[in-house]
Amino acid sequence: MPWIPRGLRNGIVTTSYPRRLDGYDTGFRGSIEVRDVGITAAVSAAADNCPTRAISFVNGEVQLDRGRCILCGRCADIAPEAFILSTNFATSTLQRRDLRIPVLDESDHHLTLVRDSLARRVKTLRRSVHVRHVDAGSDGADEWEIAALTNPVYDVQRLGIFFTASPRHADVLLVTGVVTSGMALPLRDTFDAMPDPKVVIAAGVEAISGGLLGEGYASSGGVEGTLPVDVFVPGSPATPFGLLQGILVAVNLLPPIRDGDAEQLITVRGRTRRGAR
Amino acid sequence: MTSAFDAHSTLNDSFVSNVKSQVASGARFAALMASASGDGVRVFAVMSRGGKLHVEESMVPANVRRFPSFTPEIPSAIWYEREIHDLFGLSSTGRHGFEPLILPLADDAPRPRPGSGTKLPWASLNMTPPLTRLSGEGAFTISYGPVRSGVFESIEYLVETTGEVIPSLNLRVSYKHRGIETSFEGRGVEDGVLLAERYEGVASVAHALAYCGAVEKIGDIEMPAQSGYVRVIHAELERIANHLDTFVRHVEAAGQAVAFARLSFHKERIQRFRSRMCGSRFGRGVVVVGGVSGPPMLRAADIVSEANRLESAIAADLTLLMGTPSFLDRLRGTGVLATSTVVDYGALGPVARGSGVSEDVRFDRPYAAYGSLEHGRVDVTGDGDALARQRVRIREITVAFALIRRSVEALDDLGEPTDTVWSTQVPELSGEAIGWSEGPQGEILTWVQLREGCLTRVKPRSASFHNLMLFPLAFPKDILTDFAFIEASFGLSIAGVAG
Repeated sequence: MPWIPRGLRNGIVTTSYPRRLDGYDTGFRGSIEVRDVGITAAVSAAADNCPTRAISFVNGEVQLDRGRCILCGRCADIAPEAFILSTNFATSTLQRRDLRIPVLDESDHHLTLVRDSLARRVKTLRRSVHVRHVDAGSDGADEWEIAALTNPVYDVQRLGIFFTASPRHADVLLVTGVVTSGMALPLRDTFDAMPDPKVVIAAGVEAISGGLLGEGYASSGGVEGTLPVDVFVPGSPATPFGLLQGILVAVNLLPPIRDGDAEQLITVRGRTRRGAR
Repeated sequence: MTSAFDAHSTLNDSFVSNVKSQVASGARFAALMASASGDGVRVFAVMSRGGKLHVEESMVPANVRRFPSFTPEIPSAIWYEREIHDLFGLSSTGRHGFEPLILPLADDAPRPRPGSGTKLPWASLNMTPPLTRLSGEGAFTISYGPVRSGVFESIEYLVETTGEVIPSLNLRVSYKHRGIETSFEGRGVEDGVLLAERYEGVASVAHALAYCGAVEKIGDIEMPAQSGYVRVIHAELERIANHLDTFVRHVEAAGQAVAFARLSFHKERIQRFRSRMCGSRFGRGVVVVGGVSGPPMLRAADIVSEANRLESAIAADLTLLMGTPSFLDRLRGTGVLATSTVVDYGALGPVARGSGVSEDVRFDRPYAAYGSLEHGRVDVTGDGDALARQRVRIREITVAFALIRRSVEALDDLGEPTDTVWSTQVPELSGEAIGWSEGPQGEILTWVQLREGCLTRVKPRSASFHNLMLFPLAFPKDILTDFAFIEASFGLSIAGVAG
C-alpha cells in the first residue's frame, strides 16, 4: 500500500478559500482595476491599443469592460496610473453590464431584482450542487482550470460541488468558449436536458463576449446568443478561484460583487462561513 | 515582398508528383497549407529532411476547383486536403470520399478563404451523417460526444464496433472550429502573439514561439541572448505541465484516487510556479515579437530551489506509479502504433518518440536558446504502446527540469541585457516565413505573412492536428475500456485541431 502514506505526505494542501484568502492570491493576474485620472493622452493610447477594445469613454469617464479584457496588461504598461493589474479574482457578476467598471449606474435596484430572482431559483441547491461543463469552443486552457477545481488544492467537493456526466441531474451549466456554429445546438440540447431549476455560467471572456475572436463566421461571440446567462466569470481563461467564486455566486452562497471592491471581498468571506457549512 | 520559400513550381501535376517523390525518398511530410491569393489559392507542401524544412509551392487558379491528391502515397495528407476543401472549396481528386473535417458547409456555400482578407458572415453548418466503414451482423456505431462525460474539450468519436473491439473509429472535430485563423488577418504583429497563444491554449508558449519565430525570420531580427533562455524556461515548464496532465488523465481513468490527488496537486504546483514567474498560469504574455516581455519575476536561486523541489516530488510519485501493477497493466500493450505507421504518417512529439522516431525540433532546428544549451534528446523506445509514450514523457520531464536549471544559470551568468531591454524593436515588416517550435504535443509550424506590419495570413499547424490523424490507427486489438488510456497517451488538444 505504498500510495496511502504518499497521500498523507504533504499534510493539508487545500486552500482556505472561501473562508480566507489563499496565499497564492499574489501569484497571478486576476483583473484590471481602473483609477480615475481623466482621459489623458496615455489613457487614450491605452484604449487605442487594447486588442479587444475593452476600454471606452462614457460621458467623459474611462470604462473598462472586464467581459472583453483578456488581461494582456498592455493598458497597464501604457497608462500605469490609470490601469492597475490586480490579483482580485472575485469579479463574477450577475449582469453583463456590471462587468463594465467603474459601474456608472449606481442604482442597484435592478441588480437586487436579479439577485432575488436567482436566489429563489437556487434555494434548494445550496448543499449539493451538480455542475455540467460544456466546451462550446474554448482554446483548451479553460478546461484545465475547470479540471483543477477537483485537485486537492481547490477540492470543490468539500463545498458540496460535484461535476456530473449527465445533464439530467445537473443544476449548473458551466460553459466555456465562444459558442461556435458547431456547438450552439449541442449546447442548447444540454441546457434543455437539464431539470429546473438551472443556472448558466459563462466562464471566461470568450464565453462572455467572444474575447479576441469576437464574432465571426464560426464564432457567435459568447453564450448569450444561445442561452440566458446568470453569472459571468471573466478571465482568459477564468482562474480556478474565479470559477469557484462564480459557482458560489451562482448558487447564492456568495453575494455577487460590484466593482470587485476588496472591502466587499472580506465581507463576502464572513458571510460564506455561515452560508457554506 | 520577398518570399522566404526556397522552391517554387507552378504546375499542379509536377507539384504533387515532386512532393510525392521527395517523400518517397525519405522526407517527412509535415504539412499542407493554403492561402487565398487573388481569386486563386496558393498551396504549400512543407517537408522536413535531416532537420531542414523544405517548401514546395503551387498556385491553384480561380477557375480550377480541384487539385491532384497526395494520397495514397502520402497518407497523412488526407486531413490537410479535407481542411483545404472546407476552408477554400478546393477538392483533391483522391479516392477517398470527401467528408468535411473542420467546417461542414453545403457544397455551394461561400467559404472563409483565409488570406483573402474578407470576413465571411455567420456560416450555417450542413452536418451530414458520418461515413461508416463497418457493415455486417451485429455491427453498430457508438457516438461519443461532442458533450462527453467529464470536463473535456468537445469532439465526437464514432466508434464502430460489434461489442468490444474497435475495428473502426471515426472522428468529428468540426464542433469546435472557431475560425481563429481569419481573426489574425488585419491585426498587427503584437496582437498576433495573443491569438497564437489562444490557438491551442495548453501550448500557449509553444505557439507564441512558433509565431514569433516566423515574424523574427521575416525581419531577420536578433533578440537579446538572455531572452532566449527566458523562452526556454517557460516553454519547458509548459511541457512539464502538459506531460503531467497526461498522467493525471491516465490515473483518473484507472480510478487511482491517491495517485490522482498526488499528480493533480503537482500539476497545480507547476501552474502556480509558472504564474509566480510571469503572472499567467499558462505563460501568456511572456513571449513577444523580438524577445520576451521581461525576466522571470522570481530570483534565480528561488527558481532553482523550487524546480528542484518539484522535480524530486514529481519523480518520486512517477517512479511509484511506474511500479504500480494495476496502472501498468492498463498501459502495457495498449494502443500500439507500429514504427512503420509512425514513419508513414510522419507522427510528431511523444507519440512518435514512443514508437522509435526521435525527431525533436528543439535539437534538429534549434530556436530560442536551445542551440546553446547542452543537448537533452531523450532515448526513444520502439514498443509503440501507451506505456512507451508515458515513459518518453517521464524522460522529457527530467530533461525539461535540467534545461530550466541550465537556462537559469546562463541567465545569471549573462546578467541583464543591455539597457535592460528584453526585446528587440520590430519595424513594419513585409514578407512571409515559417516559424516552429517543439510544443508538448510535438512540432508546431506557423506560417506568417505580413504586409507593412499588418498580418495578412497566419496558419498555425499544431502537432495535435497531425497526431490526431493517427488516433484511429492505435486500436489494432484494443477494446472499449482502453479508449480513455489511449486518448490520454496521445495528450492532444482539440482546439489545436479544429482551429
